Amino acid sequence: MMGLNLLADLTLRGRICLLIFLAILISLPFWSSSYIISVTTITLYLAILGQSWNLMLGFAGLLSLGHALFVGVSAYMAAYLFSVLGLPPVIGIFPAVALAVLIGMLIGYLGFRFSIGGVYFALLTIAFAELVRIMVDHMGLIGGTEGLFLQVTEADRQGFDLINLRGHPWMFYYLAMLLAFLTLAGCRTLLKSKLGYYWQAIRDDQDAAQALGINVFRYKMYAVMYSSGIAGVAGVFYAFYQNSLFPESVFGIERSIEISLGPIVGGVGSLFGPVLGAFILTPLGEGLTEFTDYLQSSGLIDPKLKLNGLKLLIWGLVVALIVLFKPAGIWPWLNEKLGFSRKEGE
Amino acid sequence: MDFWTLANALATGLLTGLVYGLSALGLSVIFGVIRIVNFAHGEIMVMGMFFALIMFRWLGLDPLLSIPLAAAILFVFGYFLQSTVISRVAHLPDHMQFLLLAALAVMIVNACLLIFGPDPQAINISYSFDSFDIGENLIIDKSRAYAAIAAVAISGLLLGFFKYSRTGKAIRACADNYLGAQVVGLKVSHLYALTFGIGAAVLGAAGCVLLLLIEVHPYLAPGYTLLAFVIVIIGGLGSMTGALVGGILIGMSEALAAIIFQPSMKSAFSFGLLILVLLLRPQGLMGKSVK
Amino acid sequence: MTDNAKKIKSEKKTGSTISRRQFTTGVAAAGAVASVGPWYIKNARAADPLKVGVLLPRSGGQAQIGIDCQRGADAALPILKNLGYPEMKFMLADFETKVDIARTQTAKLIDEGAQIIVGAFDSGATMAAAQVCEQRNIPLVVNIAAVPKLTGMGLQWVFRNFPHGPMIVKDAFINQKALFSMTGHTPKTVTLMHVNDTFGSSLAGALFKLAPKFKMPYKIVEKISYDPYGRDLSAEVRKAKASGGEALWVVSRLNDAIMMTKEMVKQRFEPMGIMSTGPGWYDQEYMKATGKFGDDVISLVPWHDSNKPLSKTLEAYFAKHHPNRQVNPNHTYTFEGIMIAADAYKRAGSNNAKALQAALRTTNITNNVTTAERIAFDKTGQNPHVKNSAVQNRGGKNLVILPKSAAVAKPNWPMRPWRKRG
Repeated sequence: MMGLNLLADLTLRGRICLLIFLAILISLPFWSSSYIISVTTITLYLAILGQSWNLMLGFAGLLSLGHALFVGVSAYMAAYLFSVLGLPPVIGIFPAVALAVLIGMLIGYLGFRFSIGGVYFALLTIAFAELVRIMVDHMGLIGGTEGLFLQVTEADRQGFDLINLRGHPWMFYYLAMLLAFLTLAGCRTLLKSKLGYYWQAIRDDQDAAQALGINVFRYKMYAVMYSSGIAGVAGVFYAFYQNSLFPESVFGIERSIEISLGPIVGGVGSLFGPVLGAFILTPLGEGLTEFTDYLQSSGLIDPKLKLNGLKLLIWGLVVALIVLFKPAGIWPWLNEKLGFSRKEGE
Repeated sequence: MDFWTLANALATGLLTGLVYGLSALGLSVIFGVIRIVNFAHGEIMVMGMFFALIMFRWLGLDPLLSIPLAAAILFVFGYFLQSTVISRVAHLPDHMQFLLLAALAVMIVNACLLIFGPDPQAINISYSFDSFDIGENLIIDKSRAYAAIAAVAISGLLLGFFKYSRTGKAIRACADNYLGAQVVGLKVSHLYALTFGIGAAVLGAAGCVLLLLIEVHPYLAPGYTLLAFVIVIIGGLGSMTGALVGGILIGMSEALAAIIFQPSMKSAFSFGLLILVLLLRPQGLMGKSVK
Repeated sequence: MTDNAKKIKSEKKTGSTISRRQFTTGVAAAGAVASVGPWYIKNARAADPLKVGVLLPRSGGQAQIGIDCQRGADAALPILKNLGYPEMKFMLADFETKVDIARTQTAKLIDEGAQIIVGAFDSGATMAAAQVCEQRNIPLVVNIAAVPKLTGMGLQWVFRNFPHGPMIVKDAFINQKALFSMTGHTPKTVTLMHVNDTFGSSLAGALFKLAPKFKMPYKIVEKISYDPYGRDLSAEVRKAKASGGEALWVVSRLNDAIMMTKEMVKQRFEPMGIMSTGPGWYDQEYMKATGKFGDDVISLVPWHDSNKPLSKTLEAYFAKHHPNRQVNPNHTYTFEGIMIAADAYKRAGSNNAKALQAALRTTNITNNVTTAERIAFDKTGQNPHVKNSAVQNRGGKNLVILPKSAAVAKPNWPMRPWRKRG
């Protein structure tokens, strides 16, 4: 079973830690506030996107700084189908994800066919995301700048309707958890499969892999397709969780950067890196907000002083320090120190 | 479409484009030599803008007069940044460099936020509402004209520096042949730091010039970073004249797109152009084939 | 009064954002009924101050207007107290002129115990806040937001005391006809420039739909939409100039208004006049930034009625506390928003959400500030009585020119050419 395979990679210590972590996550809604539940839901959502982003960089070698594009088109598609045609997301997810994958294939194809790599590819993704954002801004059919709103009532908020994705915040929380877990397990399965070995070969030495007869183009495309597909799934979740979509907030470059931060901080190319990264950055951000609020309320800093920006300033500093001192990401370092996973002789 | 409307649009686009070109020069210099993609580009320029703003508010200085000081301060900043921080990530993969500079960008934006607040601030200079009349039908905005002249002057200075001065040639040598430069005895790390300093100084100047045209606020930066990239790619990474040509091209095409289509779509045009260039001619119009 | 309670009171005045920790610490220390505690006690005590979440753009592009709105809210506290309304406690939130943040800030306010929300000035942000309020069953009193969908989606918890797009446009047409006949100058063509956001797009849409029905004497020859985050408006203004429209109709915000005026002067674009349906052009900040070039703009917006007694009280307050500021819709509608909340609380006798909602539905205030004859809400949550005026900038002041009954000056139409100004 997929989940058990996950455990096989970990040492005893690793398994215990994972179990504790899972226990905390599963029990969270019972002992914390609605605010923490919503923050954790978003963290899980970002962990899913982080995994998806990780696939593209770690295995297709493509730095994507426009990942919000895949999330966005899928979100809009599913939301539109639901609000205009009444198509429940459980069905709407298929065309939505298909659209995301299609666009991923287009961009991947352009990147490979025209041999665009590195920074140039990153800029290509940014350009596409911005282009689509501006186009959607002008598409009155799906709301344009006015936004696309999904009708939601208080009654909806009590239920647990998975077909229409209308429900209590707890429903979304556990759904996010499930999706995150499935993504993690799915990526691991992919990694251990033949596909995964080809990917690693391509990543380690593309030319040698090509010489050995591996169809580099095809396997890189698979990576892109999986990556954009997972992002698409997350997009559908996002649409029905937030219930309103605006081009600026869905396709904006801050979104794309937000997606990439988790895996980079956690450790690109590793399985647990993106998850760890997401769970470091979000609490860091929230903690800093609390800290700056505390500074003001306890009188250490004059409460009248407007301190917007202090939180992100410190946050940026922390991220910069992580890059300077732990460039491989935090997961590899943590793993080294605390021995969570078995070394694979890699 | 009336001829004179078009002519006026193109003239304005040209002038604005020259200022864009100056800002893109900063990026081009840094990437061309050090091969670092400066994602904090817009932020450094915004620092220059805020500096010019303070000078205007406290001393009543026209932003153009603030240029030497802004350039000097940002030169020191850039030099310091490269030698202590950025040089440490030079060997790391692209995404780590990106993250470091992005984190730096976040820090700069939020420091500006803390100091200046989030609201857009503009200067109201004596000639803010004035224009030059050329002939009967050509109207040139005074602030834009002055800004463009300053941009051309500074660009000229920079090009001259790189072409004729000893240090400039040394820097170009580093860019062309890193190993060779070291063999010959050039102190590469110092030259790199100098280059970053120069790039930052150019951005400081560009910021002062830009304050004549638009209002400044901390969140202005990402848009300009993106714009600079579009220009540099289209003009050709590593080519300084390319940056200027790219700037003019983008300035003029944005102005045309706004007139012919809807103004709210003008950025879409620039991005579309970027995609085309990336696909068909990634070395840009004037760049050497770098892949 | 304990130190913490004093601090909260002073924070209300300075407008800082109260965090969860701050608020609960303060309230607990003050010994008032804390946000934790049995719900039945909370609901029974109508003597507790009503926790009003005030959601406004306090930073970012619309900060000036958001801060201006807050002035109206702050004026409400002492004035309403004198009128015998129950006490209220503000919880200030800033959505940084970003729609996304409006959504999270509204949720945060509600999580932290807000019993009613007033806001949010920006149409997109108000829509996002409305959705959250509807989900959480907390009433939202809209101070300013014109997008029609807000009261057209069947929401049960939204109450708007401000005209929506079609109402603004309808009154604008009526006032324009009056203006043209009064001055004998009717434009044959009009160019429309609008900001491409929720507010601008919806108003532009309403304009096009209603113009033929009102048989307006002019044709709209060009519709120019511009990016709200744009860097400069030279191309847009140039396009407007080239379009040949005799008069200019603008729907914009404050910063665009200033930029647009500068460009118009620089490009020597002199339409017959500038008519605005929206914020910005009547603002003190606009007149300060443009000086003599900001004169003669006519804003077709809802205004207050200076003859009403409560208006006089408000104007007196402003004369004392903000001597260099004229009372404008930012102030009056936010003031009325707070008043609506207080009034509902008074009649409901409890801060329970459903009770407040029921009370809001039966609101009927005639002692108000604006030109609406009463504040009352129809089935959709809209106040159908709100009316629009026409106000012209003159020498740093806003002068009401229409309706004739409230006019204090004769309109300058056509506007004076740029070069011929003082």
